[in-house]
Amino acid sequence: MPADPGSNLTPETGAFFQRDRTWHPPALTPNYKSSVLRSPQKALLSFDNTLSEIAGPVFGHAMLGELDADLIHNFARPGESAIGERIIVHGRVLDERGVGVPGVLIEFWQANAGGRYRHKKDGYLAPLDPNFGGCGRTITGEDGFYAFRTVKPGPYPWPNGPNDWRPAHIHFSVFGHGFAQRLITQMYFEGDPLIWKCPIVRGIADRAAIEALTALLDTQATIPMDALAYKFDIVLRGRRSSLFENRLEGN
Amino acid sequence: MAQSLDRLKESPSQTAGPYVHIGLTPNFCGIAGVYASDLGAAMVNDKTKGERIGLRVRVLDGTGTPLKDALVEIWQADAAGLYNSPAEMRGAADPNFLGWGRCPTDMETGLCAFETIKPGRVPFRDGRLMAPHITLWIVARGINLGLHTRLYFSDEEKANAEDPILARIEHRVRVPTLIAERQSDTYVFDVHLQGEKETVFFDS
Repeated sequence: MPADPGSNLTPETGAFFQRDRTWHPPALTPNYKSSVLRSPQKALLSFDNTLSEIAGPVFGHAMLGELDADLIHNFARPGESAIGERIIVHGRVLDERGVGVPGVLIEFWQANAGGRYRHKKDGYLAPLDPNFGGCGRTITGEDGFYAFRTVKPGPYPWPNGPNDWRPAHIHFSVFGHGFAQRLITQMYFEGDPLIWKCPIVRGIADRAAIEALTALLDTQATIPMDALAYKFDIVLRGRRSSLFENRLEGN
Repeated sequence: MAQSLDRLKESPSQTAGPYVHIGLTPNFCGIAGVYASDLGAAMVNDKTKGERIGLRVRVLDGTGTPLKDALVEIWQADAAGLYNSPAEMRGAADPNFLGWGRCPTDMETGLCAFETIKPGRVPFRDGRLMAPHITLWIVARGINLGLHTRLYFSDEEKANAEDPILARIEHRVRVPTLIAERQSDTYVFDVHLQGEKETVFFDS
């Protein structure tokens, strides 16, 4: 899939800032049991980005369907809609320099209002909503803005400890401009007491990092008599200017 | 008081969880009608230039059991060694090849199958050519931050021997963890998350 033919973005070719791995959850977080046998234990091989990490695929707005960013309707029968608190989730994709990142494909998925996923591996008691699939996607605009409409997902129990519950959350998959910016994360909701009890969330050491994944209720963006709004900004790795980079050894 | 660098922090990663298919490959998990097809499911068409190859990738946990709920994305150059990306300044890549693919591991066998082309060589930062390789990015339940590694090719011995990334691996006994074995037109690649054969993962 080539880039949008009308795109006039100036490509940046600098390497990405190194990742602060103390800010991310470490690979091994034993209280999240699934990480125990799935976490690499040997030292990572560190190197400055090569073109293989600096380059990345670009997705054009042309791939989007009309209802891709509307989870209330994109799986619903004609004239019907998903059950639950109607919400708008909106924000910007920025990089660590504070610059809005345009043309970013964001894919999101979530449980329904009762906390049940439309997936054969999910056997939670809460019923499926026949009008809710749980997936959507969008591409950021010129300044990195995005928005979608959905219902607020419910919290749900999961097999980890004997009584562990996930806070309400929406999963986000984000492509930047380079493959080294690739990121998957989760958005939580302001005020949810389950956030601070969750073994997955608590894999993150820094309270400020957890807060960075917690969306605020945004009453200014609320649509009166229709939908509440939550604002969630996503930050991708920043990148160096390539102006003064030596291209050839010895230069 | 000096100025502030005014930098933001990258959003911390969280696991893709067991239901990653809903978001990234909904048709694969039975959610039909939202997207016409799953993104990244087909990488080549009949106009794509280059040698057709298959990849058979598995991701194994610390007990050697294949993950059945993982998702693998691959990213590679075209047959001429050009990336289909705005950051590619050396020329225009094959318009019939995006170079990116996505595949969930099979829910029964744990196998991930890609049909693609063999990539050309891409220059390292100093201009030397890297050996042909494909970047892998792996997410799953239990993986807190997506894992980054590369697949190199067993029939590229000479290029592999001069590859600047492979050369940086201190424990030479670990180099083969990045080399896929050719079996006719298909390369077989097992990613070991832990253990004696743990794959070399990258921080780049």
